[in-house]
Amino acid sequence: MGSRASTLLREEEIEEIKKETGFSHSQITRLYSRFTSLDKGENGTLSREDFQRIPELAINPLGDRIINAFFPEGEDQVNFRGFMRTLAHFRPIEDNEKNKDPIASEPLNSRSNKLLFAFRLYDLDRDDKISRDELLQVLRMMVGVNISDEQLGSIADRTIQEADQNGDNSISFNEFIKVGNVYILYIDIDIDI
Amino acid sequence: MACRTCLWLLGTTFFTCTVRLVVEGTEVGATQESISGIQIVTFKWHHVEAPYLIALWILVAGVSKMVVELNHSLTSVIPESALLIIIGWILGGIIYGADKMQTFTLTPTVFFFYLLPQVILDAGYFMPNKLFFSNMGAILVYAVIGTCWNAATVGLGLWGCWLGGAMGDIDIGLLQFLLFGSLIAAVDPVAVIAVFEEVHVNEVLFIMVFGESLLNDGVTVVLFNVFDAFVSLGGAEIDAVEIIKGIISFFVVAFGGSLVGIIFALLISLLTRCTKNIQIIEPGFIFILGYLSYLTAEMLSLSAILSIVFCGICCQKYINANMDERSVTTVRYVMKVLANGSETIIFVFLGISAIDPAVWVWNTGFILLTLLFIFVFRFIGVFLLTWILNKYRLVPLEFIDQVVMSYGGLRGAVAYGLVAMLDENKFKEKNLMVSTTLIVVYFTVMLQGITMKPLVTWLKVKRAAVTELTLAEKIQNRTFDHMLVAIEDISGQIGHNYMRDKWHNFEERWLCWFLMKPSARKSRDYIFNIFHQLNLKDAMSYVKEGERRGSLAFVRNETKADVDFNKKFRASFSEIMPDIMADNMGPDHEAEKGNDIVPSVCLDMHEQDLTMRESEDFNAHHLLQQHLYRGRKQHRHRYSRSHLETNRDENEVQEIFQRTMRSRLESFKSAKMGVAPAKKIQTKHQKKDKPQKVRGEGTFSPFLHVRPHSHPLIGNVMCMLCNVYVMLCHF
Repeated sequence: MGSRASTLLREEEIEEIKKETGFSHSQITRLYSRFTSLDKGENGTLSREDFQRIPELAINPLGDRIINAFFPEGEDQVNFRGFMRTLAHFRPIEDNEKNKDPIASEPLNSRSNKLLFAFRLYDLDRDDKISRDELLQVLRMMVGVNISDEQLGSIADRTIQEADQNGDNSISFNEFIKVGNVYILYIDIDIDI
Repeated sequence: MACRTCLWLLGTTFFTCTVRLVVEGTEVGATQESISGIQIVTFKWHHVEAPYLIALWILVAGVSKMVVELNHSLTSVIPESALLIIIGWILGGIIYGADKMQTFTLTPTVFFFYLLPQVILDAGYFMPNKLFFSNMGAILVYAVIGTCWNAATVGLGLWGCWLGGAMGDIDIGLLQFLLFGSLIAAVDPVAVIAVFEEVHVNEVLFIMVFGESLLNDGVTVVLFNVFDAFVSLGGAEIDAVEIIKGIISFFVVAFGGSLVGIIFALLISLLTRCTKNIQIIEPGFIFILGYLSYLTAEMLSLSAILSIVFCGICCQKYINANMDERSVTTVRYVMKVLANGSETIIFVFLGISAIDPAVWVWNTGFILLTLLFIFVFRFIGVFLLTWILNKYRLVPLEFIDQVVMSYGGLRGAVAYGLVAMLDENKFKEKNLMVSTTLIVVYFTVMLQGITMKPLVTWLKVKRAAVTELTLAEKIQNRTFDHMLVAIEDISGQIGHNYMRDKWHNFEERWLCWFLMKPSARKSRDYIFNIFHQLNLKDAMSYVKEGERRGSLAFVRNETKADVDFNKKFRASFSEIMPDIMADNMGPDHEAEKGNDIVPSVCLDMHEQDLTMRESEDFNAHHLLQQHLYRGRKQHRHRYSRSHLETNRDENEVQEIFQRTMRSRLESFKSAKMGVAPAKKIQTKHQKKDKPQKVRGEGTFSPFLHVRPHSHPLIGNVMCMLCNVYVMLCHF
């Protein structure tokens, strides 16, 4: 059990995470305890199985995709930093952030970054376009078994028709943004003590 | 069929009346007779009078319920409670006609001691705890502040109108008005459930109204006693000290009552921990101790309802884990039987009690003003409080929710019971109050009960028509929903959760150790439980379906999961389960335990969607609406008086779970065993599994018996799950 000590969070790390993600000190420690409770192997990183252990995700249609979103390209482990970085997308937007230093890069939880996160759920091959197939895949995950493939196909076609503006039969990120703008503002989780 | 039931009903009532007449007749005769010889058969009515009448009345109530349930289209328009009251009127009329006086009424003693406790215990035992406690703040605000507001405004309003002369000349004072206000202000749990059975609302709204109706008893009891004491003291004796005492008594009564309930919950849990050898009488303990908690709180002049509610709430988890599975089923069923029976009797008697000219005093002003005030002030109160609450809530309560909440503030038998307890000497106008209370109860239960559903439908349709989303928007919205839910689950957060985590840790370490049987504790390894539970169901249904169809060929077709699990389950669940579940498996096997993860469909929404629009892309929208999985945020209905498993769309969960597990298995297989051709892997597993499979029904147990006590590599568990699934899918 000696490995425990090395996984404790150091102050410098907390500061760095704070700067990068904008979470407060208490939120970071709170999420760290959540991270460690998920980390059954106690090696300071989470694997896919650790996420899959959360039962509620097994019955979330997009559960596995969202788990994937935590892992950077081709990697199988995510450390606390990466964990926080992903969660930072869902930090509530605070008023005082709007006047921040414009030179600094866009905060992780800005609207467009949130939309980018959602976009990446669809766009598996990272070509910045949601093709008909990718859309079909996601739709298939979100829909019951009583809907046939043809019906689903026609829904996908319709959807692309509605959203596509430049006629390339796929949805680019810009077109994605234009759909349902208002709703994205409510995608915040209140990580609070 | 209908004729027979009605005949039964009439028959029993007539029997009751004639019995009484006969009794009176024989009484006179009996005393004059002297024993002249041995009587072979005697008519010993007095010997059995009391229990006989009780049993007879229960029978009558039961038969009334049968009559009510005859016509389902009727019950969907008029709530059951209203129909029962009407039957009560008819019965009361018959009895009055026969007896020239109302011999059977709902007395406060019978009501508070014998009819109410089981209803409340049922409410507490089946309460969705997680939902309840996460909305506790809002519920408390409505229960405490809302009820005080209602009581004060109604009382003062009536007093003002009385001063203004709207009620004519009645012998009453400010304090009596306030007392009346306090007893008429409380929303009634019995009535609320009865109406919300038909109207499907989302779970947050439901728990608000339900929780409020249960918790406001604390306030009602205090207000009632305080004002009763004030009236006895007389107006002159009231000073600041007394008022402060009143406020303190609120805290004492409320917290004291809850504490008593929690203590009894601990007792029950401890007791069930030790009852391994007398499993047959385990259920009895639950009911007796629950009842004792009620009586104890009553004895200590604390809030009895709060006590029994918290007893039910706190002991649910532990007794379900500790007790034998059959005992758990027994407890659940008997609870429902008792609660349903009590509720029926309560409503029938509410009807009967009305047919008694002795209690009727009509005062137009008083009655109409009361009705007006409780209605209007409830609306104002709810909207005001919601406006304040929404500033602090994560998910605000919408307009339609507030309307439903205000409109759903029904008064019921508790108010009647309280008013019947008033002392006539202190309250000269007791009969007026009783009459008014009865009218209020009838009005709310019947009128508001009947119009609730149309109102909600109308509002929902109105709201839905305003926002016409495109397909893309709908899909996106739903995606965001699922995303948000997933992130919440990953970060372990739903709203303010820090306290809850702390409580969880405390509970895991200390309470479970103390209150649960060791074997129950061991099998509480959460992940294993959930997977096990769902796997077991899957396994059983696949096997059953296969047996039914003669071969398992269909299982290989993975794309068409046509098996209707639900139907199979209801029937065979209880038979199969005891066999499969080896002794002391003790996991949370009931469907209810999956409470946290099983979503359900709101029938209401479904209807809405079906009648939505006839436009050109109707088909696509319609399809999507019908088939898109609903996330956790969507509507669910968790509590029902008459059904044990309510409105849960297990299909949805099954489908999603299967899909997820299949895809995980695929990736796991390819990762662990290399990309070997699928067939090969199957046969390999088949060989391993075959010998064990042959052992018959107990087959599944050996597999699932292996419990990962000490957190082995997740690979092992996954492997096991792999095996189970592969075996199932490729028999």
